[in-house]
Parts: sequence; C-alpha cells; structure tokens
Amino acid sequence: MRATGGREAAVGDVLLSAENVSLSFGGVKAVSDVSFDIRKGEIRAIIGPNGAGKTSMLNVINGFYHPQQGRITFKGETRANMRPHEAAYGGIARTFQNVALFRGMTALDNIMAGRTLKMHSSFFWQLLRYGPAMREEVEHRHRVEEIIDFLKIQEIRRVPVGRLPYGLQKRVELGRALAMEPELLLLDEPMAGMNLEEKEDMSRFVLDVNDHYGTTIALIEHDMGVVMDLSDRVVVLDHGIKIADGTPDEVKHNQMVIDAYLGVAH
Amino acid sequence: MDLLYKIFLDPFVQMGTAPDLLVQTLWEGLVAGVLYSLIALGFVLIFKASGVFNFAQGIMVVFAALTLVGLHEHGVPAFVALALTIGVMFCLAFAVERLILRPLVNQPDIILFMATFGLTYFLIGFGELIFGGETKVMIADQLLLPRGAIDVKMAGGFVSLQKIDIAAAIIASIMVATLAIFFQRTRIGRALRAVADSHRAALSVGISLEQIWVIVWFAAGLVALTTGIMWGARSDVSFALEVIALKALPVLILGGLTSIPGAIVGGLIIGVGEKLGEFYWGPLMGSGIESWFAYVIALIFLLFRPQGLFGERIIERI
Repeated sequence: MRATGGREAAVGDVLLSAENVSLSFGGVKAVSDVSFDIRKGEIRAIIGPNGAGKTSMLNVINGFYHPQQGRITFKGETRANMRPHEAAYGGIARTFQNVALFRGMTALDNIMAGRTLKMHSSFFWQLLRYGPAMREEVEHRHRVEEIIDFLKIQEIRRVPVGRLPYGLQKRVELGRALAMEPELLLLDEPMAGMNLEEKEDMSRFVLDVNDHYGTTIALIEHDMGVVMDLSDRVVVLDHGIKIADGTPDEVKHNQMVIDAYLGVAH
Repeated sequence: MDLLYKIFLDPFVQMGTAPDLLVQTLWEGLVAGVLYSLIALGFVLIFKASGVFNFAQGIMVVFAALTLVGLHEHGVPAFVALALTIGVMFCLAFAVERLILRPLVNQPDIILFMATFGLTYFLIGFGELIFGGETKVMIADQLLLPRGAIDVKMAGGFVSLQKIDIAAAIIASIMVATLAIFFQRTRIGRALRAVADSHRAALSVGISLEQIWVIVWFAAGLVALTTGIMWGARSDVSFALEVIALKALPVLILGGLTSIPGAIVGGLIIGVGEKLGEFYWGPLMGSGIESWFAYVIALIFLLFRPQGLFGERIIERI
C-alpha cells in the first residue's frame, strides 16, 4: 500500500478529529482545549512529558472519559458521550499502559474475547454450543489463529496470561485488540518496560499491522527513537495543552517541545 | 480405648456388615449433595462474572419457588406459571443490575456484598407481602415430576431410591454440563469470565458490563428456580428454605468460589460426608451432627487448600 518514498504517502482522509477537547477532574485540568486529527492509514504519535494528558486523551477517544467541552468526530460522526463498548462497536480498539488482560484466561481465550463483537449467534445456541454457535466458534478461531501466527505467539496459546512475562503479555494484548479488526488502534505505551530486543519486535509488529491490515494507529510512547522511526505525524502535549503538531522532524526542532522535555531556565 | 474403638473401628465394621445400609446412606448423601451443588452453583455463577459474593442466592431460591407456587394458587396453569416465573427471574436480574449494580460500579467488593444483604431482606419482605408467609406445597405433580420410590436389590438388601431424587440428579447434571461448556467455550461465556477478570479491558473489547450482569443474574435466577422446585418437592416451600444458602458456604470453600465442577464435587462431598457422619458417628455424640459436620469438613479443607479443590490457582508474578 505504502509508496516506497516516505511514510506520508499512506495518509488519507481524516478518520478522527478532536476539537477543543477539555477534561478536568475536580480542579485538575487534565486536557485543555486540545484539537488534532488522525488521518486514515497513518501512525499518529501522541507524546509529552509525564502528566501531559496523553492517556486522558486516549481515554476520551475511546469513551472511558467524557470531556466537559469539545467534540470528537469519528468517521464523520460527531458524538457527545460515547461509552467504551460503543466505541469498540464503532471500530476503536486499544491496549493499556499497564497491561489489562484477562489474567485467568489463556492467551487464546484472551484473543478470542476480542472477537466478541464479531460473533452473533444467539444465547440459546450458545447455551447448547451447537449449530450456529459451533460454526461461529470454528470460523472465528481461524481468524484468531492467523493473528497468533502473525504475532508469533503460537507456543503460549494455552498458557494463562497471568503467568507470561511482561513483553509477551503486551503482545497478547495487541493480539486481542487486533482480533477486533479495528479501524483505529490506540496503543498506550506499547513498549513501556521492554528491553531493546522486545522494543524492536513490537515496533515491527506495529509497522506490520499498519501495512498488512491498513489499520490506523494512534500511539503514546516515551521512547523518542521509536516515535521518530514509527510515526507519520506527532502531536505533543504538555500540561494538558497542545504545544506542537507535525512530522517527527518538525516536532523535533520545535523550541517549545525542546523546552517541555528539557525544562526552561526561569 | 473403648471410645477409640467406637470412633475408628466400629463404624467401619457396621459399614462392612450391612452394605445395603451403607449404599442407602451414600445415596441419601449424594441426593442432598446434588441440591447443595445447585445452590453453590448459583453463587459461583455470580462470583465468577462479577466478583460479588451474592448472599441473596438462598432467598432467590425461595422467591422463585414461592412465585411459581403462588401463581399456580391464583389459577395459572402449572407450565404457564413456570414460564411466568422465568420471566419474573429475568425482571429480577434486570432490576438488580439497574438498581444495585450499576449505581455501585467500581465500589469495593464489600459494598456490593452488603448490597446483596439488603436485597435478601427486601426479597423476604416483598415475597411475604405478595404471597403470604405460610408454608406452601410445591406443585411437583403438575410439573410432571415423578413421585414414589423404586426399590433396587443390591448389596445384599434393598435400597430405596426416590424417583424425584433421580430426576433431580439428572436435571442437575444436564444443567451443570451445559453451564460448564457455556462458560468455557462460547462467546458469552468468555465475556462473562472477561468481565470477572478486568472491567476496563472487557469494556475495551466491546463487552457491555450491563448486559453481562443481567445475563449472569438471570442464569443464577434459573438455577435458583430449579433448586427451588427440587428442594420444594422434597420438603415444603417456606422461608425456612433460606438457610440452605448457609449450607452452600462449606461447599464453596471446598470447591473453590470460581469453579463450576468444584461446586458440584464440593456439594457431593459435603452431602455424603454429612449423611455418613450423621448415620455412623452421630450416635456417639447424641446425634444432630448433620447441622455442623459440613463446616468441620470445610475447615479441614481450608487448612490444606485455601483456594478450594478446583479454585483458580492464585497466580502472582513478582
């Protein structure tokens, strides 16, 4: 899909836009008056120092938080207060900063859980696990196996995820999000706490997801090297305010961004 | 010396000399066990999916049975009454989700536990208000449940099997098998377990907590109804039935709070243990040990296997 020249070539129409979003908890302003857009097919990074409001922004996008002001338009539809499962229904999948998996379930079941919305057989057939319910299980299991192959986690299929090392848990979590076949994939620090090798693997998966499935990705990441390599466009938040927006190169040389990260002499 | 003989030897000599009595006692124990299992199953369902220990499960059994019998008393044909009762249990599940769980979402478990206490007393009062407090007779015949007993020749004597008990065992087995498969291998079952493990992750893959809670409370309601019918057919339908909820506690400790097979095996062990204890060791202590023996068994298990026989292993990465 992507032209060989540069990453910008893949970018299409606006998929999601946030307009003047403000969110506060009591007196604490987490996000104030932030606007940016995410275009179809791109990898969009949201960066900023700790406490900049990045995760809050992600939570607003998939309906965990409801902003006091501002609008989110997704696929041309503006919504006020969407609930998380409605966001999922609309095609937004996500992973969490500190892995949120179903710990008691196997990796396979975790990823199958990601197919919940794609499966439709009735309660009655489910109770019997026969007929339509059975066919459905088999069919979706095929898709899930593809994802398992893609992420190279074949050998941990049957392991309860609580027992897996952190890096693999992150991978299973990505698998679960992919199983939803999302149009927009939100990754909250997908490489946090990983060693170099795991980071490289994860970066590869993120690029491959974007390539193979054409999935639009918005990711929060602290590792600047990763951000600069992966993303098409970067939005920078600091103390809940947007201070820069543009290509990695533009952002890298923005004085406000440098100040935010390194601090300014007062 | 004499006492030791009476405790450790004599009961086994008795078992050996009158095997038919032993079989009869075992059977009685298994039957009681099946009913304990059913009650425990109701607890497990709700605990598995929402992490709430539902104290009201016992009263839900009574409430379901009362509704069924009460409707029939008002001239509703038995099977129509059954269908209506199922409807009532659905409404109850819906109301519980709306009025109790939803406002209390994200509260500590102990708060939800206390809320189920409240639900218990509400259901007692509400049930009494509508159907009256007097003891009723289960409409077993109208529901085509068999009655009478079969005498089977075995172990050198006759063992008498109540037909209703056989029916109860069969129905319970079907129910358990269905639920086990449902939980383990289907979309809704996975969603139920997902909700139990992590609310926000479940939400992020598009599982609606509200829907899941209604489903699981409805399933627990159906189990309660089945238990109510079976138990009511053996004794009567009255609020005294509520205490059987307490019998489920040792079963849960034994089987583990999250395991459906555990609830079943736990129930059977408690049932059999109780009857054997009562019959062979009871006379030593002037009998009446049936009421507390179960708790002693549970206590012993608790010492050696705190997560229960089939409970989920407590996994912690450090």
